[in-house]
Amino acid sequence: MVNFRRFLHKFYLGLVILFLYAPILVLIVLSFNSSKSRSKWGGFTTKWYSSMFANDTIMLALKDTLLIAVLSALLATVLGTVAAIAINHMRKVPRTIMLGITNIPMLNAEIVTGISLMLLFLALDLNLGFITVLLSHIAFNVPYVILSVMPKLAQTNQSTYEAALDLGATPLKAFFLIVLPDIFPGVISGFLLAFTLSLDDFIITHFTRGATVNTLSTLIYSETRKGIKPEMYALSTLLFTGVLVLLILVNHLGKKSDNKNGKI
Amino acid sequence: MKRKSTFLLSTPYGLWMLGFTIIPLVMILYYGLTGRNGGFTLENIRLIATEENLKALWLSIRLSLLSTLLCLLVAYPLAMILRNTKFKNSRFMVMLFIMPMWMNSLLRIIAWQNILERRGVLNTLLELLHLPALNIINSPAAIVLGMVYDFLPFMVLPLYNTLVKIDENVINAAHDLGANNFYTFTKIIFPLSMPGVISGITMVFVPSLTTFVISDILGGSKVLLIGNIIEQQFQKLNNWHSGSGLSLVLMVFVLISMALVGKYDKGEGSAGVW
Amino acid sequence: MIDNKLIELVGITKRYNGSTVIDDLNLYIRENEFLTLLGPSGCGKTTTLRIIGGFESPDEGKVLFGGKDITKLPPNERQLNTVFQKYALFTHMTIAENIAFGLKIKKKSKQYIKDKIKYALKLVNLDGYENRMPDSLSGGQQQRIAIARAIVNEPKVLLLDEPLGALDLKLRQDMQYELIRLKNELGITFVYVTHDQEEALTMSDTIMVMNQGYIQQIGSPEDIYNEPENAFVADFIGESNILSATMVKDRLVNILGVNFTCVDEGFGQNTPVDVVIRPEDIDLVDPEDGVLTGHVTSLIFKGVHYEMEVMAGGFEWLVHSTDMAPVGSKVGIRVDPFDIQIMHKPESEDEAVSAKGPEAW
Repeated sequence: MVNFRRFLHKFYLGLVILFLYAPILVLIVLSFNSSKSRSKWGGFTTKWYSSMFANDTIMLALKDTLLIAVLSALLATVLGTVAAIAINHMRKVPRTIMLGITNIPMLNAEIVTGISLMLLFLALDLNLGFITVLLSHIAFNVPYVILSVMPKLAQTNQSTYEAALDLGATPLKAFFLIVLPDIFPGVISGFLLAFTLSLDDFIITHFTRGATVNTLSTLIYSETRKGIKPEMYALSTLLFTGVLVLLILVNHLGKKSDNKNGKI
Repeated sequence: MKRKSTFLLSTPYGLWMLGFTIIPLVMILYYGLTGRNGGFTLENIRLIATEENLKALWLSIRLSLLSTLLCLLVAYPLAMILRNTKFKNSRFMVMLFIMPMWMNSLLRIIAWQNILERRGVLNTLLELLHLPALNIINSPAAIVLGMVYDFLPFMVLPLYNTLVKIDENVINAAHDLGANNFYTFTKIIFPLSMPGVISGITMVFVPSLTTFVISDILGGSKVLLIGNIIEQQFQKLNNWHSGSGLSLVLMVFVLISMALVGKYDKGEGSAGVW
Repeated sequence: MIDNKLIELVGITKRYNGSTVIDDLNLYIRENEFLTLLGPSGCGKTTTLRIIGGFESPDEGKVLFGGKDITKLPPNERQLNTVFQKYALFTHMTIAENIAFGLKIKKKSKQYIKDKIKYALKLVNLDGYENRMPDSLSGGQQQRIAIARAIVNEPKVLLLDEPLGALDLKLRQDMQYELIRLKNELGITFVYVTHDQEEALTMSDTIMVMNQGYIQQIGSPEDIYNEPENAFVADFIGESNILSATMVKDRLVNILGVNFTCVDEGFGQNTPVDVVIRPEDIDLVDPEDGVLTGHVTSLIFKGVHYEMEVMAGGFEWLVHSTDMAPVGSKVGIRVDPFDIQIMHKPESEDEAVSAKGPEAW
């Protein structure tokens, strides 16, 4: 009875994992397909992996995607961390208002956020392009950073900051030496979350990019009608594998240090 | 910390949110309620009542409700299993369900095209098994499948996060007082997981309701959702006023679900994965 | 008192990941008894309780309830209820709904449930709290609700897992009396888990001292305190002076090179033993009257008595006395023969180590 249940659980887990990974598997297979048609298998090849580096459109989109992701995540992290600290010290009413406003971009429909930002940029007479995409990405990333940092701030002990001041540190020094190390895991996870969201964003970029700049997502979207270039499959397979390896490594290292700490 | 420094620290963010969240929304409101000549009008809002738009909105609501329900039905048992099973490395198990998000989401939806096509992966497999072919590509069913696929992690995570927080002894106490597994689930576990359920529902419902990408790719151009209509107003017809008016209508629905979240969610659940 | 064993544990063994938490434990609990499982954290006391409650199943052995084997019975079919550590109240339900939970499952009538809630709240001194939410109550009040929720089901046995652990000292002492009163009013069996020896001594009919999965001693609070069976029990229960000594012959023990008269017999001649002398049993006398002489090295006023440390015969003696001797003064030490408790030396090295330092938390 117990064993049957356990089997059922494993079976269900396997089924959901299959559902989630089936398209990924398809994409990986397609990246090795020598036929350009995505419905026909033309034999195994790795040529897309070498030709993608020669494809200027893809390489430029990759560069812009990464640049926007890193910059927007970095700026959002700084802005968001400072904001989280400020909100953490606010009294109840302003705090509730601030958190409410923070929630808007997270809960609002992406299409509405994208349109509203586009209207703003056009009203300001800004040319849609790299800068407007970057600003938009910061705008939707900041709330996620705040969301990651706030719980850590709630856990930190206010008296350690006061103790640092008492021992003669300036507020700035006390922040960098005492508060920041305490909330650092939250800051890092906020950064990673922002980076990931920016990397994968399509809708908001779609409305704010104009015609001059392409990210991988918008490039893929423009290719959906005429057919995706196989190099794109190769590139995303490469990115995906990279993250996978990184995660396994982190996980492995994490387990090792757990063992060292004598966790049961 | 002193009031003054709190004020100083919050100023940049306050200004930022004003400039990049509140004013843009006001602009939608402005464009939505004015005509091309700049005068006040409800014409753009009334656009929703045209047969085509109403049909798209109604279809969007139906499909997003269905996909939300399916997500909940798939995710709840999954989250329960993840909570109960004593994996040696439960963090890795949870990671396994987030990992797919690292493959470009557009590409993953496009891959579903490959799977569901008339001569796609699925039908080839079905043929091998001598089973009848499944033709759901370019239909609402394919769109729902795409929605469930794309947004499932947003349901799993908040559910898992609230479920793991339930004290094992609370469940033990229910058993101790005579409750069987079913009763314990309906009276204790499910009610206690409500914040996760609610936040999962909004996190799936809002993007499903407003998507235009999934319907574009998996629905061909045959199925139009309200998101497609709005997108066309901006990108093809260049009509900001009518597009904004329809966006306002859409926001009403989003606001309703936001109000629900505000009522139940205590500010956790959503992003605490990392 | 004969043959009214309500619960029996027979040969219970429990392992987690290869390490044995409980090893071949045998125990019976009589009807109406207040039994306390006492020991340091990780000694197996909570696991024992959870096996009785049905939340863990033993790897070996049987649990008997009224002579019937209930080892495989799930918790919801056992005639006992548990008061959990940190209360485990249902936070989404009102106090009344919490208390009614078990009764609704048993399909009791509305009127019956209403009366029971009223009765239970009165019993725990919280009348009128029906419609409050658990989160709005203090720790002590939540504790009482957890007890009320359990007892309305009229269990034959109430299991309590460190129920007072989260409360502050004053509240804890009040609740101890409260629990004794409750037990007397209800006339049911209590099985109580704690690491607090004072709590155990105050409330129990019987105390079972556990360490590292083994029963160290079972007995009345007086037995456990006055006649500890080994150094672990002596050290864990109250404060004490534990010394290595030699039993010279019956009624004569050599401690630190000096012969003391005692009342114990049957240890043989020149046998190494452990000796326990409680600090309040040491009499400080004039140096010339003492069996041992030494000088006072520290003095602390404790309210009811003075606590002194006396260096004598190369050993630092802990002494509680209402008389005060200033630091540095020369004193003599005397002990009445029946206040010297002789114990066998532990057999294995393992036990000797564990007997040294029981961590109370």
